[in-house]
Amino acid sequence: MFSGFMVNTWLVATIVAVVGGAVGFFVVLRGSAFVAHAVPNGSFAGAAAASLVGVNTIIGLGVFSLGGALGIGVLGRRGRHDVATALTLVFMLGLGALFLQLKVEYAPEIYSLLFGEILGISTNELAPTAGLAIACLAALAALYRPLLLASILPESAQARGVSPFAAELCFLIVVALATTMTVPVVGTALIFSLMIGPPAAARAFTSRPAVAIALSIAIAIATVWAAIALSYQTNWPVGFFVGAISASSYACGRAWTFARGRRPASTSPPLPPPPERYDADVSLA
Amino acid sequence: MRRVHQVLRAIVEPGFFSDPSVQLAAVVGGLVALVAGNVGVFTVIRGQSFAGEALGDMGAAGGSSAYLIGVAPLWGFIAVAVAAAGVMELIGIQRARGRDLATGIVLGAGFGLAALLLYLGTTFDNTTGATITILFGSIFLLERSILAPALALGVIALAIVLVLNRPLLLASVSPELAAARGIPVRLIGGLYLIAMAVAVALSAVTIGAILSTALLIGPAATALALTDSPGRAIITAGAVGVGATWLGLLLAYDSYYWPPLHQGWPVSFFVVTLVLIAYLAAHIGPRRRTVR
Repeated sequence: MFSGFMVNTWLVATIVAVVGGAVGFFVVLRGSAFVAHAVPNGSFAGAAAASLVGVNTIIGLGVFSLGGALGIGVLGRRGRHDVATALTLVFMLGLGALFLQLKVEYAPEIYSLLFGEILGISTNELAPTAGLAIACLAALAALYRPLLLASILPESAQARGVSPFAAELCFLIVVALATTMTVPVVGTALIFSLMIGPPAAARAFTSRPAVAIALSIAIAIATVWAAIALSYQTNWPVGFFVGAISASSYACGRAWTFARGRRPASTSPPLPPPPERYDADVSLA
Repeated sequence: MRRVHQVLRAIVEPGFFSDPSVQLAAVVGGLVALVAGNVGVFTVIRGQSFAGEALGDMGAAGGSSAYLIGVAPLWGFIAVAVAAAGVMELIGIQRARGRDLATGIVLGAGFGLAALLLYLGTTFDNTTGATITILFGSIFLLERSILAPALALGVIALAIVLVLNRPLLLASVSPELAAARGIPVRLIGGLYLIAMAVAVALSAVTIGAILSTALLIGPAATALALTDSPGRAIITAGAVGVGATWLGLLLAYDSYYWPPLHQGWPVSFFVVTLVLIAYLAAHIGPRRRTVR
């Protein structure tokens, strides 16, 4: 399990967990679970395109996850946000289906893109992953205070000159960066459970943002390590274990909250703003 | 007259209307698009796109277990989607607060299960096509026996939405007012979630489990951008969905003759693209009146 070819896997997985846990805190805080699902899942098309054109997978993933994030940001401005997210996602997946058809691909390769592959990480993937991780964490550190404010109190953030749209766009780009580096290990389908389960659990234990981020990273690392070990032993897909362990950690958080008899941390995301276009003027007559 | 004939031949490749698999695809695809479009109007009004997406993705677990035990994927899609709808309802998907989070957690666990089942299915049966069929659909490979169950399920989903129409609308737009009028908001929400699960499972059969939200959300959002009235929106959404599916079928059929590959582009790609184009066109066009 710890032999030569597995060293890269452990390293990359740890980096992935650190970034996933940190970005995930903001995903949960902002109530952006759908976006965190859509951007990585849609970037699947990028990987398919990269293999069609014959370039590095990371480039394909990067282009498509950034494109998807910007598409969600721009479309979400005019229509409803969740509808824009859903349509951007299915369009990217549809493109993915097309690329797969055009390049006759072996099913196992598609499968490992979607659900993760722990044995296929080569040494030359290490540097880009580490670079992207540093970029991602640096961006998060720079955005930390404004993003926190814009996520909890959008109005007062606006009063202080932080535009909610700019904050949303920056956040989407960070999610896209995190996606690009995470896919090779966990697969496009399961990254988001790493971005939701651990931070949601962490927030059940503490309401202080910095502590919650640290705890979220710790839980994410534990999740990924356990998932890889189990996957190595059973030969089952790593994505299955990531999904199952993330959900269990969330269940533990909920149980803890329940046992303490208190409501979840007071920094919960505010209620979504009333949908501006459809609900208000649907005529009941 | 000859000209017209030539043009038509160029648009519609010979054999399109007489091919039995195309006929079946058109009937089932049209039915599914109609049901999904109608049900989807309330999904959009209620802001439950993510729940629809999650139900479709988790349907993949059902589709792959159906392969494992050797029944038609439709039964797997439907069983898992309805069960997942039940779990979401139980852990409190109704409350706006934390709703997306609960959906995400269920989706994460369900998608993980799908990964495992697809893995087991492809390892033991060596049916390499299964992964692609379940995830991205294969409407031209449907079997005739699917028609009756699809019709029955479609009627159930439509019946739920039509019977609940008024109270559902009120419960979606203003839950407090609905509760004050004695409408069982939670029961209605749960029933609606079941209708949505059925619609998504049906779409999964035609355009694939992970693309099934396209038919649920896209036509409905397009229709709601064009009209104020829910009644007209339901009709428009059905029409847009059926149109996108049939045009997608035609394009996919034609694409067998397209350069450079001559091997056919996937139907799902065309349907999803057409749905997105319709949505963008409805939003870019002249803004609809806001004053009633």
